[in-house]
Amino acid sequence: MSVSVREFAERGADLELVGIQKRFPGFTAIEELDLTIPAGSFFALLGPSGCGKTTTLRLVAGLEEPTRGRILIGGTDVTETKAHQRPVNTVFQSYALFPHMSIIENVAFGLRRRRIGDADARAHEALRLVELDHLAQRRPAQLSGGQQQRVALARAIVNRPALLLLDEPLGALDLKLRRQMQLELKTIQEEVGLTFLHVTHDQEEAMTMADTVAVMNKGSIEQMGAPEQLYELPRTVFVANFLGQSNLFTGRVAGTTDTAIAVDVQGTRLVVPTTRAARHQGEVTIGVRPEKVALHRDAPAVSPSRNVLGPGHVIDVSFSGVSTQYIVSITGVGTVTVFAQNIGIGPIASEGDEVWVSWDVEHGFGLDDDPADAGKFAADDDTHAIAVQRREALVAELEES
Amino acid sequence: MAFAAFATTEAQPQAPKRKSRIALFLLLPGILYMVLFFLTPLISLILTSLQAPNEFGDIGVYDYAFNWQNYVTVVQEYWPHILRSFGYALVATVLALAFSYPLAYFIGVKARRWPLLQSVMLVLVIAPFFISFLLRTLAWKQLLSDESFIITSLKALSLMAPDAHFTGTPAAVIFGLTYNFIPFMTLPLYTTLERLDLRYLEAGSDLYANPFTVFRKVTIPLSMPGIVAGTLLTFIPAAGDYVNASRDFLGGPDTQMMGNVIEANFLVLLNYPAAAALSIILMAAILVLVGIYVRRSGTEDLL
Amino acid sequence: MSGEVQAAAVLGGLQESEQLEDSGHRGGRVRRQRIGLGDWLLPVYTVLAFVFLLIPIVYTLVFSFNDSIKSNISWRGFTFDKWLNVCNVEGGAVCEAFANSIVIGLVATVIATTLGTMIAIALVRYRFRARSSISLLLFLPMATPEVVLGAGLAAQFLAVGVPKDMTTIILAHTMFCISFVVVTVKARVASLDPALEEAGRDLYGSPSQVFWRVTFPLLVPGILAAALLSFALSFDDFIITNFNSGSVSTFPKYIYISASRGIPAEANVIASAVFLFALVLVIVAQVSRAARAKRLAKLS
Repeated sequence: MSVSVREFAERGADLELVGIQKRFPGFTAIEELDLTIPAGSFFALLGPSGCGKTTTLRLVAGLEEPTRGRILIGGTDVTETKAHQRPVNTVFQSYALFPHMSIIENVAFGLRRRRIGDADARAHEALRLVELDHLAQRRPAQLSGGQQQRVALARAIVNRPALLLLDEPLGALDLKLRRQMQLELKTIQEEVGLTFLHVTHDQEEAMTMADTVAVMNKGSIEQMGAPEQLYELPRTVFVANFLGQSNLFTGRVAGTTDTAIAVDVQGTRLVVPTTRAARHQGEVTIGVRPEKVALHRDAPAVSPSRNVLGPGHVIDVSFSGVSTQYIVSITGVGTVTVFAQNIGIGPIASEGDEVWVSWDVEHGFGLDDDPADAGKFAADDDTHAIAVQRREALVAELEES
Repeated sequence: MAFAAFATTEAQPQAPKRKSRIALFLLLPGILYMVLFFLTPLISLILTSLQAPNEFGDIGVYDYAFNWQNYVTVVQEYWPHILRSFGYALVATVLALAFSYPLAYFIGVKARRWPLLQSVMLVLVIAPFFISFLLRTLAWKQLLSDESFIITSLKALSLMAPDAHFTGTPAAVIFGLTYNFIPFMTLPLYTTLERLDLRYLEAGSDLYANPFTVFRKVTIPLSMPGIVAGTLLTFIPAAGDYVNASRDFLGGPDTQMMGNVIEANFLVLLNYPAAAALSIILMAAILVLVGIYVRRSGTEDLL
Repeated sequence: MSGEVQAAAVLGGLQESEQLEDSGHRGGRVRRQRIGLGDWLLPVYTVLAFVFLLIPIVYTLVFSFNDSIKSNISWRGFTFDKWLNVCNVEGGAVCEAFANSIVIGLVATVIATTLGTMIAIALVRYRFRARSSISLLLFLPMATPEVVLGAGLAAQFLAVGVPKDMTTIILAHTMFCISFVVVTVKARVASLDPALEEAGRDLYGSPSQVFWRVTFPLLVPGILAAALLSFALSFDDFIITNFNSGSVSTFPKYIYISASRGIPAEANVIASAVFLFALVLVIVAQVSRAARAKRLAKLS
């Protein structure tokens, strides 16, 4: 299927990036990128700032030209075409509403350029979809941030593009409005059935909205899949830490059965199912999510279905209402983070207490990274970026409460 | 289908070339204009300044030569005018700064609470621009003439000697220069002071500085860009001005500045080489002074 | 330079300056302190300063109503005559000079604004090697005394053998206006959000459509301010005109020449009319801007 800018897309189109490289004077934004987004999907590119996700989006929009590689929309090679010749529309991060035009003129802009009849009627229809038709005669400056965002969305979808690009459009909104808009976007996507490509650094946004998430780092895709899959079975240290938190352990594979591998972590054997481990021999990194880990005041009974670490000491307890986060220091292994649902009343352990931690073998995962690389990675700038981002998220949460 | 059709309509590889062609198209007419009517006149001014009198001795006719003695001659003949130009301009600039700073401070800082008042005062500052500066200067000439209310009152109060004059004196010329260039001083000062973050001043007084020290150590350094811009906007035109010093305006026979002698040599005496040499001296001196000043005040990026 | 540019901005009231709206964010609230010397000293000084600045203007306005005979020096009684018969003195010399000034101002403004806007766009949008020398070429005229600019052009016209007339005045005025236009418009171009043009391209606008429908309308306030500044500079210019006008008279030149034998009250009439016209223009612009800001504030 190919789409002309002179007509509406019947449905979303596939997007295919083949061997894309983008160099700017002085740095390489994208090293080598291959990506296929099936028609009608809501696809999120997730990554820290500077990972190349926005550049990818701009390449697809035609606002940048790739140094190498090809871009196909609906099977048609559009690499050589300009932004205004592509059946693609963007919701810009800053919305980029034309300040000198009314809302309705903004929304009808694309239709008029393509000389599509009934531009006004269609623009009003699009505004009704985002529930802003009553503000059609206003200027952008007279609208609130959330309203501007919805106008930007209407201005893009009114063109029925084969592909809709969203460049962190929710970044400027406060948390409550963001939730509301996320829901709205998702509803609209289901209603109009376009292909959405959403670029964001907000993991929660990516996971709640997209059916496929690609985690990008340093100009290439680390891992791609459904949100649950990415979360439950991260393949790299970066994904394990960028998408939620993880307890990671490094050790040598000490034994293998038909269904599981056993890893020796400073004298303790930790078992991971073979199907959930990417590497089955040599030095490996394995991990478990903090909410899957249980905290024990007494040494738990040894069971082949549970991994146990301990004894250790609680070095930090932070109570956050719904759950409590414990940080447990275990000699030789390092620290383990535990999220415990606040089922009883108050924390079950306090600082200095001797505790054990355990988790279901089935909940562990083994990473694909070479632990040697992972060690190097830990010292990289990008981890700092992640830390900053985490702190911002924390601050946002604090402000909300 | 249709999409593929227009995919081939525009060939991409020429994009950078086309871009530079657009830039050239945008720049060429204006730049050509400036080369033709600013740069070449400067060059022809230099050439004129080196011309020698026509061998037949016709008045106002000169031949191209390398007569650098023109410079020596004009400096010997007009050194009082040269000194006067820079002296008057310097005093006028200092006076205009002293006059404008409190005014700009009030408009830009104290009046922040009342935006309407602020814009009214801003209009009042630029109001003199709306009326011919020649007429404003002539108005002062009448207001400060020997028979005027102001001067007769001063004499009655014995603040001025009974036989003294104001118009025609160096003081009157400096007064006129100061008055005419005050808006050029006030506006840039206002711009920087308007942007002054008052929390810096609060931080200063929090750190045990008294109001005077805060002003000297915080306010003044932070408003330096405005001070530099204002003084340049005042000094440069003041040094080249010849209206205020002219005999028909506020000046007298002993107040003539470089502008006056350039005008006289060019338009009356038809001694073009002398006028050109004086112009070159004026421009070179200003460029050197401005260069030193800007470097010393550490605001090079301003230019 | 910046002073002139701001003058233009205020003059037009057209540059949407955020100055008024922003003041709160920069610690705009002046904390109330003890009523001290400084609290009334500065306001009193400001009032006196404005009186000083406005005295010659009031004088000029008042003497436009003087029932003078030839020179307009001493007060001889109130009359509307000079306002009603502006062009009847000296065979309409004042009016002719005034008309010349208007024509010169308009033509120079149109040329300078066009050329200057083109340069400003190129300087912000394109990277090229000669950028810094071009910037210098445009800055230098503003740092050169007018008498040097005037003498230089006159020397040039003399060398080439061009007779001085209206055209040479227009050529001279256009030259110094271009620099001011570039500075004014450049600031506007630089403050444009590049995402707006990208949005235009994204929404199927061809390069020329994006320019005329997005970029240009957004530059209009800056271009208008530059045009007003150009006109004001040209209209009030005397020094450069004096060197390049030959026998053509302009309004400032007329005043300069008449100064020795006395200025007729009709000159005051014209200057006063121009002043009042400009003042009304500025007030209307300011009031409409304030009203717009108020409307915006109410809505959001």
